[in-house]
Amino acid sequence: MDFLLQGFLHGFVLLFTGNSETYSAIWTTVGASTLSMIGSLTIGIPLGFLLGYKIFPGKKILRTIVDTLLSFPTVVIGLLVYALLTRHGPLGGTGLLFSIPGIAMGQTILGLPIIIAMTATAVEALDKRLPMTLITLGANQRQILWATVLEARYSIMLAAVAAYGRIVSEVGISMMVGGNIKWHTRTITTAIALETGKGEFAMGIALGMVLLAVALTVNILASGLKKKAIK
Amino acid sequence: MNRLYGFALSLVLALALVLPASAGQTLMMATTTSTANTGLLDELIVPMFLKDTGIEIKFVAVGTGKALKMAENCDVDVVLVHAPGAEKVYVDKGVLTDRTQLMYNDFIIIGPESDPAGVKGMTVTDALKTIQAKQAVFASRGDNSGTHKKELSLWKSAGLSVPEKSAWYVQTGQGMIATITIASEKNGYTMTDRGTYIKYADTKGGNPPLKVLVEGDKVLFNQYSALAVNTGHCKDAQYDMAKQYIAWMASPATQKAIGEFKLLGKKLFIPNAQ
Repeated sequence: MDFLLQGFLHGFVLLFTGNSETYSAIWTTVGASTLSMIGSLTIGIPLGFLLGYKIFPGKKILRTIVDTLLSFPTVVIGLLVYALLTRHGPLGGTGLLFSIPGIAMGQTILGLPIIIAMTATAVEALDKRLPMTLITLGANQRQILWATVLEARYSIMLAAVAAYGRIVSEVGISMMVGGNIKWHTRTITTAIALETGKGEFAMGIALGMVLLAVALTVNILASGLKKKAIK
Repeated sequence: MNRLYGFALSLVLALALVLPASAGQTLMMATTTSTANTGLLDELIVPMFLKDTGIEIKFVAVGTGKALKMAENCDVDVVLVHAPGAEKVYVDKGVLTDRTQLMYNDFIIIGPESDPAGVKGMTVTDALKTIQAKQAVFASRGDNSGTHKKELSLWKSAGLSVPEKSAWYVQTGQGMIATITIASEKNGYTMTDRGTYIKYADTKGGNPPLKVLVEGDKVLFNQYSALAVNTGHCKDAQYDMAKQYIAWMASPATQKAIGEFKLLGKKLFIPNAQ
């Protein structure tokens, strides 16, 4: 039991003494999650818009598939991306295995369904007269997309926060694709898995506190952005 | 405008983080959890090799089964493992070559100090028979690691079948220290390599709840070897660097350093390169 309190306190020590191993893991986590957020937002928002806005045969089935992908296990995504990136795999020549962009690739797959599903729901929930109005005002397809996304920005921001939460806390992809290599691909979550494996439970708890601190910082920044957007 | 600027800045930052910091040579190695969890690699081998040769070792610590698989998939240049039987299979397949024995420790059977099944001081065969007869809890790695393979071979050589589905036989599917922790929570027995046990004892302040009960039997010998990935199997493998690493591991200076690597005043690995 005592390792809980000990770990909690040690988390602050790691953060405030600038522990180099901890900060290396923090920057790896921030780097991979930033890349994967950029990836899942730039791909996910247009796809989510199309899914919510367009009417086409098989739309319901596609919606169900996307909703199902919300439950994609991270270890399986890790395995899939590993199969692609291993030197014998189709993308083996890229040298992305055991690298941060490799991790980001898997995490983008993890974040995509969340962004797509929540964007589609947000677009569907908008006033049905919006596209009509835009068309009568002479907007083209791209302007419709932009205006609709702007109208749904709070819901999309919520989608981003949800996707970020899943991405930053996953361990299966980072472990399988990144390999938990010290100073290179060791993220906070793989470091926690390692410390727990070593029996250093207090250190595991401490790193858990560090991860929460990182997430808190990101969310404070995001809510700052939201305030700006309202103004 | 401000937001666009912020976005561009974060993009640049992310890229700066992602691009490799230095263009120095790196050697990819797959190894077992025991060499990593004891701190041997992080605290001794990796920094010392970097200082001596300028080559950085990047290692992934997985079970021996997965380490060998990674070699077969050409994801690493060299492996440091401890399952002679499985190593031979991969050498015969042409995946690995230049097998070099580097160091050993031994396996031990540990259990609660009260020793409910009463196996203290027995031979391995008698101890396993007793554990089975008394249905005492025994935690197994169950993950195809070197230690797991060894444990399976011990049941077999004791003339017993592996108690696969018995309620008292707990297959954790996890690393060694996690398995020891589960054994101790269940007041049961398990088999571990001595290096990991000493590391575990160290995290418990030198007084762990599980004690060494069976040791010294010669079937418990645990040999660690390094093998290079064969360029005939993986044409991009960095064979020369792998050979350089293996020779360096077997050199007198490194062997001496391995022998001096201690926790709680005890050696974790005993060098035995020829």
